[in-house]
Amino acid sequence: MALIEFENVAHSYLRSPARMEDYALRPMNLAWQDGGAYALLGASGSGKTTLLNIISGLLRPSAGRVRFDGRDVTDSSTVQRNIAQVFQFPVIYDTMTVFDNLAFPLRNRGVAAADVRSRVSEVAEMLDLTDHLRWRASGLAADEKQKVSLGRGLVRSDVSAILFDEPLTVIDPNLKWRLRRKLKEIHKRYNTTLIYVTHDQSEALTFADRVVVIHEGSVLQQGTPQELFETPIDRFVGYFIGSPGMNFLPCRLSGDGAEVVGQFVPLAATLLAKATQTTGLEIGIRPEAIGLSSSGSGLAVEIGDVEHLGTRNIATCRLGEHEIKVVVPPEQPILSERGILKFNPAMTRLYADGRLVG
Amino acid sequence: MSIRLESVSMVSMGESIINDVSLAVERGTMNVLLGPTLAGKTTLMRLMAGLDKPTSGRILDDGNDVTGVSVRERSVAMVYQEFVNYPSFTVYENIAAPLRRAKRLSAPQIDAKVRARAQMMHIDHLLHRLPSELSGGQQQRVALARALVKEAPLLLLDEPLVNLDYKLREELRSEIREIFRRGSTTVVYATTEPQEALLFGGNTIVLDAGRVLQCGPALEIYDRPATIRASQVFSDPPINLIRAVIGPQGCRLSPSVAFPLARHMRALPQGDYRVGVRADHIGLAGHAEYGRLIPAKVELAEINGSETYIHAGHGDFQMIAVLQGVHKFGLGDEINLYLDPRRLFVFDSAGNLVAAPGENAGGTGAH
Repeated sequence: MALIEFENVAHSYLRSPARMEDYALRPMNLAWQDGGAYALLGASGSGKTTLLNIISGLLRPSAGRVRFDGRDVTDSSTVQRNIAQVFQFPVIYDTMTVFDNLAFPLRNRGVAAADVRSRVSEVAEMLDLTDHLRWRASGLAADEKQKVSLGRGLVRSDVSAILFDEPLTVIDPNLKWRLRRKLKEIHKRYNTTLIYVTHDQSEALTFADRVVVIHEGSVLQQGTPQELFETPIDRFVGYFIGSPGMNFLPCRLSGDGAEVVGQFVPLAATLLAKATQTTGLEIGIRPEAIGLSSSGSGLAVEIGDVEHLGTRNIATCRLGEHEIKVVVPPEQPILSERGILKFNPAMTRLYADGRLVG
Repeated sequence: MSIRLESVSMVSMGESIINDVSLAVERGTMNVLLGPTLAGKTTLMRLMAGLDKPTSGRILDDGNDVTGVSVRERSVAMVYQEFVNYPSFTVYENIAAPLRRAKRLSAPQIDAKVRARAQMMHIDHLLHRLPSELSGGQQQRVALARALVKEAPLLLLDEPLVNLDYKLREELRSEIREIFRRGSTTVVYATTEPQEALLFGGNTIVLDAGRVLQCGPALEIYDRPATIRASQVFSDPPINLIRAVIGPQGCRLSPSVAFPLARHMRALPQGDYRVGVRADHIGLAGHAEYGRLIPAKVELAEINGSETYIHAGHGDFQMIAVLQGVHKFGLGDEINLYLDPRRLFVFDSAGNLVAAPGENAGGTGAH
């Protein structure tokens, strides 16, 4: 296990990059704490695979240094870095038994037979593979094979980190949550540094203690799932995390609150104190943090479309030219075309030029 | 176009894929085929499209028997889960392809239709690009635009959003919903996701293991699933199913969890049942004075979009509760969950609905 650090790491696939846009990964400093469960979250083309390959040593960055526990490993191979990897599709030997597949990474390193046995049975137990240990891997279903692949990644206890590259893609949706749970259990038990790459927000937020959001080659925010949801650092994270994303409403500060399309929204004094500029301001508010009622004080809006989604209904409200999505409990009837919105003050954020003020 | 299936069965390599399915898809309506993976959704769509011939049964198209009539001779458009586009054609030519093949329209007419559909799908700025230069969401928009440009009277969509991430799904769902609200096309949309059935509304056909479990308006089935299986297929997160005993004292779920019967359960004879409760009716806060406390241990907190699904165990039963927003729970955390007895579905030992929430006492459940 190791603390993994990036020092001014950047990467371009071009021979002589000139502009920022030429970089797949823009210069960054990052630290992955020893024993952390991380998710690296980004859309395809965001640079997340480039970043992962730099950690594993498959790719040498065009600039900067990579350190494991202070030791410079920028020029070391994956094996020298002692990294285990699990890929999107099963990487196993079809002709070997499940046992031999799981034992392979250990035997390869000369681990004693007795230790191999105990370690393999432990991992098999965790992944519900015990009954299959004598089976040939070729006879397994796709998701069983992927479990063996996960097992091979998890079987060694002496690795610096385990990297997962979208490992649950081929897993049946009903099995996914079980495996997510297994991975959490494994993390809790062994405290290995786990780095999990995915484009799926739900997967990232479920798996990780800390999520690193990457977009257009830059890390936008690193934080707990709750921090990303409740205090997104900018407009993109607000939109990208949560479904539907955060609502943004242009506003002007006025007295002890803000004016939105001629109507008043109270803001916390602590929030107002942080605002240093008067232009380019927006209120950011999650659809879950808005109450919809038919009377009382608040923001008067028109209610448009209501989507019934089972556990929640989502109402699209109109305020001038702006749309505001509001989560409404399924029991609450929406009878009128007009409504009053109340923002939960603890969940109301202020943004300046798209960046979080507070 | 209206489609009617009469006792249609399909056997492939000795295995029954579709089992005696009869159903009607009315002209100009939105229909959702809801079922888990391998339920037979794709097979059923291929039969409707005439791509395959059923082993037995008849398929009627506006009353005409079209069983086994090739898709080429019928006006059907289909969109698949994989983004199927012509890789060497630009976006423009991909969308124009079906019109060029039909040879009925002049070049300016084709141009106008292509641009209109591209605009509708928000890809009008990408017309000169190749599919490989597009994101997954954009590629699927191209496939949708090509299917729509044909203006076929029957449009079949086979899980078109399944390979997209939730942001793209969110956008495309709303767009598809708008398009079909305005259009006059007969649409059949296959999905594994109950949310999509609820969102698109219309007629829902619940399919499982090659059989139709239930048909009707989406909300009606959601509120009154006829069987345990239908309730499972139509719940995401999965519905909580718990063994229950109804006795003289009320309803008992476990040695420590019992409560008086809610009004809709009072006419049920004593005996063994299974009760179903949706995840949004189990929560951390007591549901007013009706909430029944169930102490439980957290197994996983799963984040889905903006909701937290808490998987938790109590004795030998497992529950899923849903909370709005993103919340942190550790494995093994002890929590108190509350269940609202007024929200219970009650199924008999054969798995048929015998009481549903919101009913007066004595409802017989199944249609």
